[in-house]
Amino acid sequence: MTRTEAAPAATTPTLLDPTPAAGDVPRFRVDGLGVGFTRGGTHRQVVEDLSFDLFPGRCVAIVGESGSGKSVTARTLVGLTGAGSTVTARTLQFQGRDVRRFGAREWRRTRGAKIGFVLQDALVSLDPLRPVGAEIDEALRLHGWGSRRSRARKVVELLDSVGVPSPALRAAQRSGELSGGLRQRALIASALALDPDVVIADEPTTALDVTVQAQVLDLLARTKERGVSILLISHDLSVVARLADEILVMRGGRVVERGTAQQVLTDPQHDYTKALIAAVPGEHTRGTRLVPPPAGNEAAPVPAPRAHPAAPDAVLEARGLVKRFPVAGGLRRTAVDDVSLTLHRGRTLGIVGESGSGKSTTARLVLALTAPDAGDVTLLGEAWSTVPEPRRRTRRRSIAVVQQDPLSSFDPRWDVERILLDSLPAGHGDRAARGRRVRDLLAQVGLGEEVLPRSPLRLSGGQRQRVAIARALGAEPTVLVLDEAVSALDVSVQAQVLDLLADLQERLGLSYLFISHDLGVIHHVSDEVLVMKDGRVVERGSADDVFLRPREAYTQELVGSLPRLADATHRPTTDRTPGATR
Amino acid sequence: MTTTTAPTTTAPALARRRVLAGRPWTLYLALLLTAWFAVSALWPHLLAPDDPLALHLDSALAPPGVHHLLGTDEAGRDLYSRIVHGTAPALAIGVGASLVSLALALVLGGLAALAVRPVAAAVDRVVEVLFSFPSLLLALLLVALLGQSALTEAVAVGVGTAPGYARMVRGQILATRGSPYVEAAVTLGHSRRRILRRHVLPNAVRPLVAVFALSVGQSIVWASSLSFLGLGVAPPSSEWGALLDAGRLYLTHAWWLTIVPGLVIIVLALTATTLGTHLQASLERNDR
Amino acid sequence: MTLTSSAENPPGAAAPHPALDAGLEIAPPSRRAGWIARRVAGRVAGAVVVLWGAATVAFLAQVALPGDRATIIFNTRAGQPIERTAQELAAVNAQYGLQHPVLVQYLDYLRGLLHGDLGRSYQQYRPVAGILGEQVGSTVVLTLSAIALAWVVMVVWVTLTAGRGPRASAFGTAVDTVTAALPHYWLGILLLLVLAQRLRWFPVISDGGPAGLVLPALTLAVPLAGFMGQATRTEFERALEQPFVVSARTRGSSDLGVRLRHVLRHSALPAVTLSGWALGATISGAVVVESVFTRRGIGSVLVTAVNSQDLPIVTGVVVLVAALYVVANLVVDLVHHLLDPRLEAS
Repeated sequence: MTRTEAAPAATTPTLLDPTPAAGDVPRFRVDGLGVGFTRGGTHRQVVEDLSFDLFPGRCVAIVGESGSGKSVTARTLVGLTGAGSTVTARTLQFQGRDVRRFGAREWRRTRGAKIGFVLQDALVSLDPLRPVGAEIDEALRLHGWGSRRSRARKVVELLDSVGVPSPALRAAQRSGELSGGLRQRALIASALALDPDVVIADEPTTALDVTVQAQVLDLLARTKERGVSILLISHDLSVVARLADEILVMRGGRVVERGTAQQVLTDPQHDYTKALIAAVPGEHTRGTRLVPPPAGNEAAPVPAPRAHPAAPDAVLEARGLVKRFPVAGGLRRTAVDDVSLTLHRGRTLGIVGESGSGKSTTARLVLALTAPDAGDVTLLGEAWSTVPEPRRRTRRRSIAVVQQDPLSSFDPRWDVERILLDSLPAGHGDRAARGRRVRDLLAQVGLGEEVLPRSPLRLSGGQRQRVAIARALGAEPTVLVLDEAVSALDVSVQAQVLDLLADLQERLGLSYLFISHDLGVIHHVSDEVLVMKDGRVVERGSADDVFLRPREAYTQELVGSLPRLADATHRPTTDRTPGATR
Repeated sequence: MTTTTAPTTTAPALARRRVLAGRPWTLYLALLLTAWFAVSALWPHLLAPDDPLALHLDSALAPPGVHHLLGTDEAGRDLYSRIVHGTAPALAIGVGASLVSLALALVLGGLAALAVRPVAAAVDRVVEVLFSFPSLLLALLLVALLGQSALTEAVAVGVGTAPGYARMVRGQILATRGSPYVEAAVTLGHSRRRILRRHVLPNAVRPLVAVFALSVGQSIVWASSLSFLGLGVAPPSSEWGALLDAGRLYLTHAWWLTIVPGLVIIVLALTATTLGTHLQASLERNDR
Repeated sequence: MTLTSSAENPPGAAAPHPALDAGLEIAPPSRRAGWIARRVAGRVAGAVVVLWGAATVAFLAQVALPGDRATIIFNTRAGQPIERTAQELAAVNAQYGLQHPVLVQYLDYLRGLLHGDLGRSYQQYRPVAGILGEQVGSTVVLTLSAIALAWVVMVVWVTLTAGRGPRASAFGTAVDTVTAALPHYWLGILLLLVLAQRLRWFPVISDGGPAGLVLPALTLAVPLAGFMGQATRTEFERALEQPFVVSARTRGSSDLGVRLRHVLRHSALPAVTLSGWALGATISGAVVVESVFTRRGIGSVLVTAVNSQDLPIVTGVVVLVAALYVVANLVVDLVHHLLDPRLEAS
């Protein structure tokens, strides 16, 4: 059954009205909220002096990176802060009542019925062993709603209302059997089951593909139009731009900036907010640094837009790659279907696609970690995928990889120094020479010697990724494959790493195969782009061509679904052709 | 399949492991007990100066009391002395059985994980078959075949417990071999042998340290079970076993003959387990 | 372009197959059934191989007995080693088929197994199957009750004590470890002395009725509960930290409700897997326990047989237990699949 997105009411405001209707009473009133954790004698203050009011039909967004305290705030508002926590506030009221006085029973009555909560990644936020219908049913049952039969009907109704096709069939399936978008909708359905007044959404779109993300945000927008208050937590400014009326930017537990969405996004006051906005890669940031050099270091050159030699040679070529995998149920899934690509020296080829598009499998084929079922790969002009492993091994140094999760790619017993020493080619010289080279590698990625004796477990995400890059460089490769290498990093850290990668490419003449689901990142780093869907290359061309003038319907849809910061000023009506929002 | 989760920079929580390793006082207690057992094994006369085999027929089957700390057996022999002097053979059998067990486990598990496909599959099947026999039954089968002797007991218990450990070894090696850091080493161009030597084996064998300590305790318990059934070794090769065997006859009026040695065996097994867990935890802590 | 269409909802079209419109490739029912059937067949084939292997080991054990088997058989019966005449030996050889080549004996043995013939006892003049058949029922009853009791105890204990802070966790783990280490004979004697002899709550010598089953079952159940509890507790505490637990709490579920309705199912999985192994371990424990409580069962038969080197009985028990283990594992696989239907590609 087709679900048509109902066009909003005839009169669509183009300018936001920041003030709530007079006479409205805030559903949530928070003033001076502080949350701290005491563990083993040490006390850590995680949230300090947070205040906001949540009115009916409005959306407040809390934006911050990891460690900012935003998720803790969300949990505190439903009384699930966790063990060893202390919650202080001047005011903490829900619908006029002080929630600090709520006992367990009062909370059980409130959660689910009056406050709905949506977590990220429905694959693990819904019990993977139970059908999603049972999860929604639980919300109803816990509050004594209806009989078993009427609940079953209501479950189907709810799934239908959030746009799940064949709802009766879906209700009997488990979250693992549904696609990302469908299960996130099911999760939202369980939160909306009892028509709560407030919905708290903690990173509701983070695990989703761009197109699906747009649909989920639309769903939340419609919920808001019905008069539900939404508290939206996210690390992504562009995601909240679509929904938020008011934005709070948190850092280290404190609010560093607040205002209407329009104010914060178009005219940020605080340096952190400005840096956050500037750090988002995209079309406008191509060829520039995402992170401004520290003050006083103006001598650091801004890399010029890459000057390309007339006809650079091809360092990596893949022709007609095919790869199939057996899948539960007896089928074989074609993960990569006739994919060809060419990477030229000194350039960056970006591969963008949603989950299941086959980009990571393509990376593995290019790295010769698996053999293709058909097609071949040529590295530096010589056969690569068809050569037996022992002969190939000596040439492996020419191509290196940086993965999304560096931690699992390090031997858990080794410290940084050993990891880097291991990456040097055999016979690199005596111990002193090797030690010098390791320090040299660290300097190239912007790390100091103090990390050498440390275990990667004690490094931050950004530092770990730098070590991974250093290790890849230790082999002095020509090609570097970056498989979602920045996807797990905070925006500001991601910006630093992207700048670093740009520097390295300039200095060392590396060629990058950059794989990501993040269109902004791909647009920022790539010279040429491949768009993949369901294992096939849907479109290819220069970055600007693909993103600004997409030819294929899928690419257009992909680009059109991308949330933009400018959405705050224009609530989308019906037209979303790319370029129209500028 | 998710594309990404919310960005995070925090290290994974390792607190749980530390809890499982127990409070430090368990380690101190375990070390103390280990010292006691070691001294009992090496210089029993220091802890029990009386001759364990001296008969005091007039005070036969005396309950624990002032004169005889843990009571006496049917021939008036002091139970405490017998236990102390019996530590060495008991430990010998336990450690011997563990060595047999682990050696077998490493060989079988290693083959099942690393050998050429047909060999690995065959060995895997053999291990599975052996695993389908409960340890005690396998041990009993060997005793029936080979007769009763100290060596048989050690071999029987060792072979009986080996299949379970072999499966563990195989699982560990396979898991390590398929891990991302092994793949990263492949992309660096390292040879298979180097990867095996530097990554797979050390990481696979590491968790087995605790298992070895555990198996010493377990082996002693199994061996004592054999003795209890009367299938163990005659003294003086195994004092504790003899105590258990004889104690069966006097269950109802001289309970200490079975309960006390059993208690000692339990304490020994728990000591070994605790030591192993702490050793494991400290090995992992050194990685930090 | 309105966002009416998406990859998931082709506008207007009836879904070609209800599952396929989600972009997930789930096979049509007929193909899926075929795949499941193949996996089941694979499991059954594996089980048969294990049984065959067990039988082979049992046979090899009998052949491996050092010395001339006919003489051993004679001496086992007589209880003393004497030289036997060729005639007497020939008679025994004929009776046990020992004069045939080993391979023929092996095939005869396998064939006999298929008919339920486990050989003839050396000491008694009867087929092993008959001897065991009389006793095995009591042992099986004891084993099954022990496993059931262990499950109940473990589930209650872990559900109540897991995930309640580091202290409770450490305490629970300590109890699990200590109980798992208790030897059966020791615990059995302790229970016998305290509960049967002193307090007279239960009979000292089991008479086959339910009251006589309690103490032996408890003796087997407690260490098993401790052992399974260790694995279950780890899984329980891991599951408690999963996001779906938070989701359930945000719907208004109480802590106990979450534990019972969500976490328990997840944490039971490792214990279910262990239960297959547990059957074999419990049977071997039953051997000891039957001795302690003077209960009927294959335990006493087995001990006597080992003592007198009456191999056919020992190997008969081994094969029987292997068969039970194999069946138990198939059942365990089925239960595991019912609890966790998520299929994985082989």
